[in-house]
Amino acid sequence: MNIPLSYSFRNLLTRRLTTFLTASGMAMVVFVFAATLMLTDGLQKTLIETGSPDNVVIIRKGAQTEVQSGVERLQTSIVASQPEIAIGQDGSCLMAREMVVLINLPKRGSNKPANVVIRGIGAHSLALRPQVKLIEGRMPRPGSAEIIAGLSLSGRFQGTGIGEHLRFGMREWRVVGIFEAGNTGFNSEIWGDADQLMQAFRRPVYSSLLFRLADVTQFAAVKERLEGDPRLTVEAKLEPRYYLDQSEAMAKFLRILGITLTIIFSLGATIGAMITMYAAVANRVSEIGTLRAIGFQRSSILAAFLFESLLLGLVGGVAGVFAASFMQLITISTMNWQTFSELAFSFSLTPTTVLQSLGFSLVMGFVGGVIPALRASRMSIVDALH
Amino acid sequence: MTVEREMEVRLKDVCKSYQRGSQQVPVLEKISFEIARGEFLALMGPSGSGKSTLLNLLAGIDKVDSGTITIGGCEITTLGDSELADWRAASVGFIFQFYNLIPVLTAYENIELPLLLTCLSRRERREHVLAALEVVNLTDRMDHRPSQLSGGQQQRVAIARAIITDPAILVADEPTGDLDRVSAGEILNLMDHLVRESGKTIIMVTHDPRAAEKAHIVRHLEKGILLES
Ligand SMILES: Nc1ncnc2c1ncn2[C@@H]1O[C@H](COP(=O)(O)OP(=O)(O)O)[C@@H](O)[C@H]1O
Ligand SMILES: [Mg+2]
Repeated sequence: MNIPLSYSFRNLLTRRLTTFLTASGMAMVVFVFAATLMLTDGLQKTLIETGSPDNVVIIRKGAQTEVQSGVERLQTSIVASQPEIAIGQDGSCLMAREMVVLINLPKRGSNKPANVVIRGIGAHSLALRPQVKLIEGRMPRPGSAEIIAGLSLSGRFQGTGIGEHLRFGMREWRVVGIFEAGNTGFNSEIWGDADQLMQAFRRPVYSSLLFRLADVTQFAAVKERLEGDPRLTVEAKLEPRYYLDQSEAMAKFLRILGITLTIIFSLGATIGAMITMYAAVANRVSEIGTLRAIGFQRSSILAAFLFESLLLGLVGGVAGVFAASFMQLITISTMNWQTFSELAFSFSLTPTTVLQSLGFSLVMGFVGGVIPALRASRMSIVDALH
Repeated sequence: MTVEREMEVRLKDVCKSYQRGSQQVPVLEKISFEIARGEFLALMGPSGSGKSTLLNLLAGIDKVDSGTITIGGCEITTLGDSELADWRAASVGFIFQFYNLIPVLTAYENIELPLLLTCLSRRERREHVLAALEVVNLTDRMDHRPSQLSGGQQQRVAIARAIITDPAILVADEPTGDLDRVSAGEILNLMDHLVRESGKTIIMVTHDPRAAEKAHIVRHLEKGILLES
């Protein structure tokens, strides 16, 4: 019993220019909305992929990151004695005691300093991280002042190329290898022997422990035992969870910033849609009167104009999402505000983001269209036909 | 009793006034008359005498202040807004001075519009529309938009739209008012044909004496009062 949808559709086509301009306004808002979600999704995706699903990270209770954490040598031995830890090919536990510090290094070219993570690694550190691969040179020899640099870092910071030297912790360090770690945060780190680095930085404690579970379903039991042990003051997290938690604050900040911006912009776009729809109603008063005289109900008129406005919103939404999809080609390098290290990630367009963006555009269309549509539906037939 | 049953339209003591500013302006005062089924009635009178108002009342798009209107046995003055819309869809065909076609729809789609309010299938609707196009002799123009048609052709499309649901009454407010002599003649012949061949009851408001000639009955309205015929 409704006015055909093609009626609404063709009216939009008939006034091409206003449709185009109004939809463009909405498209821009949807673009910002989608880009924000893509940014936070990309960030979290990168961070989650940094972790392996059966790895467990041990840090000091209350510490959010390895940088803030400290685990004493004695405590690491207690953790190492847990029977659930997987055994490596060499017969020893697949576990790494690691130390993390932040240092300042000058960038190539600009000479501007930026924070870089230095990670002291153990014998199993590489084995525990399948996404990290040595692509050039060799691993540092234990007990030596040798380091390897992440791929995304080595090109951008002075002294981080293979064969070059870096000075920190009052010592000279020689770069003997380059490793690649996909899109993960390790790509921007420098790795060296943990004990050498602890000496150089005069740190008596490790930052974290990483081990692999032989059976990941045992995690809850291990966590309960470790966190309940009165000799330990540690927290155990599965590695993906650990990185996700790290990104939470930044993702939340980005989301709030982006959504605040979009809401402000969307007011403008919605008012634009409202003006367009008011004009559409005003131009078609006698048409409305005719349709009502023929026998269409008020609700049909309401539906036709509301549909027209929703369609207008959807056109803007599709255009905005289409434009935003190209953002996937961009890789952003930024500061990880939790560890103050460099972090490279891409915009990631998920089906959820597509649906939310289109939903958002429909909401703008609805809010912009509902009052004009109500006005159209409430007109008296005789007045409309005059 | 048989006479009463044949009466298609009955108005009794219909009054209507409009609010203008703070005062009530009476437009129709105690109008009572009847129109038999299959009648072609022309309503004449000076501008502002209330002709359109009367037509709107008996077409169910305006409400009386008092009095009753009964059409085809249905007392429409008791109907609510939504019931009235359904009643119009089934029982009235409208022909306007300026055709009032929907500009974005083709001739075919304009004619089909009232059928969307019925439960006919797409195929049945097509049969009806093609038949109506045949009646108004516009089959070759069915895919044209109103802007691609002449005034006379547009009014023929409007007539096809008015008769498509086979309503008992047709109301026409100055249907030839915007047309040249030739087109006006065609429209009047078409209306005459509808009365004689399809038994429609037509109430037509007009200024045009030639239009009035086609009607069976001419009634005059002056200052809201129906003159004795
Ligand atoms: N919607 C309305 N509001 C106020 N006054 C109206 C309205 N419709 C008609 N009138 C007044 O009612 C009188 C009769 O109008 P109308 O029925 O259109 O006359 P006609 O069709 O005979 O020229 C006029 O004085 C007109 O100004
Ligand atoms: Mg009039």
